[in-house]
Amino acid sequence: MDGMQASPDVVVIGGGNAALCAAITAAEAGARVLILETAPEPYRGGNSRHTRNFRCMHRGPLGPLTDSYSEDEYLADLMKVTDGRTDDTLARLAIRTSEECLPWMEARGVRFQPSLSGTLSLARTNAFFLGGGKSLVNAYYRTAAGLGVEVLYEAAVTHLNLDGDRIARVDYTCRGQSHSVSPMSVVVASGGFQADLEWLTRAWGAAAKNFLIRGTPYNRGVVLADLLDQGVESVGDPTQCHAVAIDGRAPKYDGGIVTRLDCVPFSIVVNRDAQRFYDEGEDVWPKRYAIWGRLVAAQPQQVGYVIIDAKSLELFMPSVFPPIKADTLEDLAQKMDLPPAALRETVDEFNAACGDTSGFHPTELDGVTTKGLEPPKTNWARPIDTPPYYGYSLRTGVTFTYLGLKVDETAQCSTADGPIRNLWAAGETMAGSILGQGYLAGFGMTIGTVFGRIAGREAAAHAS
Amino acid sequence: MQAELLHEARRQAEICNACRYCEGYCAVFPALHRERAFADGDLTQLANLCHNCRGCYYACQYTAPHEFDLNLPRALAEVRQASWEDFAWPAPLARAFQRNGLMIALAAAIGFAVLFWAARTFLPAGGDGFYAVMAHGTMIAIFLPAFLLPLASLAIGLRRYWRATGGGDIRLSDVAAAFGSAAKLRNLTGGHGDGCNFEDRDRFSHARRHMHQAVMYGFLLCFAATSVATLMHYALDMPAPYGFWSLPKLLGVSGGVLLTLGCAGMVALKLRADRNLGAPSAWGGEIGFVLLLGFVALSGLLLYVLGQTGLMPALLVAHLGAVLAFFLLTPFTKMAHGFYRLAALAREAANQRAVRMTGGETGP
Repeated sequence: MDGMQASPDVVVIGGGNAALCAAITAAEAGARVLILETAPEPYRGGNSRHTRNFRCMHRGPLGPLTDSYSEDEYLADLMKVTDGRTDDTLARLAIRTSEECLPWMEARGVRFQPSLSGTLSLARTNAFFLGGGKSLVNAYYRTAAGLGVEVLYEAAVTHLNLDGDRIARVDYTCRGQSHSVSPMSVVVASGGFQADLEWLTRAWGAAAKNFLIRGTPYNRGVVLADLLDQGVESVGDPTQCHAVAIDGRAPKYDGGIVTRLDCVPFSIVVNRDAQRFYDEGEDVWPKRYAIWGRLVAAQPQQVGYVIIDAKSLELFMPSVFPPIKADTLEDLAQKMDLPPAALRETVDEFNAACGDTSGFHPTELDGVTTKGLEPPKTNWARPIDTPPYYGYSLRTGVTFTYLGLKVDETAQCSTADGPIRNLWAAGETMAGSILGQGYLAGFGMTIGTVFGRIAGREAAAHAS
Repeated sequence: MQAELLHEARRQAEICNACRYCEGYCAVFPALHRERAFADGDLTQLANLCHNCRGCYYACQYTAPHEFDLNLPRALAEVRQASWEDFAWPAPLARAFQRNGLMIALAAAIGFAVLFWAARTFLPAGGDGFYAVMAHGTMIAIFLPAFLLPLASLAIGLRRYWRATGGGDIRLSDVAAAFGSAAKLRNLTGGHGDGCNFEDRDRFSHARRHMHQAVMYGFLLCFAATSVATLMHYALDMPAPYGFWSLPKLLGVSGGVLLTLGCAGMVALKLRADRNLGAPSAWGGEIGFVLLLGFVALSGLLLYVLGQTGLMPALLVAHLGAVLAFFLLTPFTKMAHGFYRLAALAREAANQRAVRMTGGETGP
């Protein structure tokens, strides 16, 4: 095989946070490690390129984190979003280990900063990467290179040959050539399948064609499908994913963070028929952004329309694309392809249901609510009556899918016959083991870091 | 300024403002995040606040081949470069020299010729040391205007800058903040203290910061040496030459060594850095300027070492010719950046002060 003189001890499939944590840990334990990253170098790092923080338990002030965030509070936050659909043992393992991860990350070049502007509600629980996820990925690649880890870019794994209770061979192509390698240990950290639109369509039906993929176009689930076909145990539901409502004009792939819209709490959101469908003011946006992806997905043609007026324009983070603007609601409806009379009726009905707005407070649950309206708007309910009016279209942006490989506390994969002796999984490809549904900001990086390190440790121990 | 440079900087700034991941790297991002829309003056200010540390480029998830094609260090460098050419007085001189190393070399050659001509024409009547080659009065007659004219030009340029970026009053505390930041090159520390990304892609290092410090403090030491010597000459009636343990020599020799090494280091770093993350068309002008400054320093040191030899008259003419070109070109070469950078840092301090007074940022 190219580059590496002898066959590697450990092959890591994937090139994002979980893969790098596994590779670094294994290399530090003395293993010869090869990373097979399917993306070209500028796009290395999978979805980790787009991340920005790490949710971290801490018993006292730790790095950029103030105060404390206990295991029980963290678990309770997770239970709230997953509605109890989680593996308690694995969830506690991820949470408990997150505390020692933060200094580990710093020692390997990751730098943190205080909470980013617009994310103050996460200041205590989430450690933000200075420069974002790509800077984390860059730091880890530098650290890995220093440890002698070899990285092949544009190396697409096509098949893992499962022979009884072990992976006997890894087949991959690299720049048009086919290769095989037979390492002692294999770590799969190649994400979900969300970039494979056919697979999404099988799970979601035709609606999936209207979804946008927020992250890397390289997470097509090839390795995941190959392993599931060979009877490797899976976990999770193929329709479950981390999906948020994003700007409908975002690129099909890789739009990342800038396509988010924070204006929903100050708006009304209607569907194609200009009808409201959910309480826009249920909670502060960081606690609700993750449910709106599914809400929009359930609407006709999987699209929503945010309507705000001039009063609210500067209450949220600037959008990457400017809003659609008009002096009357009818003109706005026309520009957004909504039925003008129906939009007027919906807004009038909403405005009539608004009460005393003197308690309006944009950054707190202010209890400024509608009366007698269905669905209600329970906070920030101010009439939409001050021109010019502004609108955004909303679409479902999928971050990652939850159907994945089932693992145990050592990140080891298994078949119905028992553990696969030399196969471990980490990151989004096994996150469904913990996230049955819903999403908790910064938890994806926690799962990737914790299980990446475990997988690397186990893979190296097995190889030696 | 060409509208397309501002247009491109605005396009990129708007994307950055929706992302904000780079907030911790330097002063540019907190300043950028305070705005919702970017007027030409805002972009000019952001461009001059940018130290081209490149941290944001290597951390960016939207660089090419991504369709957003962000390269903020370059977009701001292009605006910055154009702003120096627009604000300079007379502007055509800046357009001639800012991007053109050959023109700088030509100016240095003319400087040599002027000094050679002056040495030949105004033969000193007696005098020791250097003054045997050129009379003190002749030197003053050449260098006093060569020092004051550029200062007047810079003052006009800075006034234009201040007006273009919003006008308003300036407080001593703003100026102090600007000098404090420049003294430590705080904006090249990367926010985390690991330095910037310059000579080796995404690796953080202090190499550029340290080389720049050597140039800056080396230059200031040399300038202090000249100032002290001037005082000694006029106020204390102690004309040159001075011995090694005199203040002018101690300052000058240490400054000259720092400046020479710093300039050599800067050239070496610039040769390794990716030119596409600055204003590529200005690269030659920048290198020409650094070489001229390095030559000033090196010729000054040689003059000290070889001052008692037959090479002295030729070295003196070369050194003074380079100094002359350097001074006269100050408003029209990379040297101007220091002045505009200080103005931008002072402007940023003033803006922060205004935000504190009005009670913080807009939006949640």
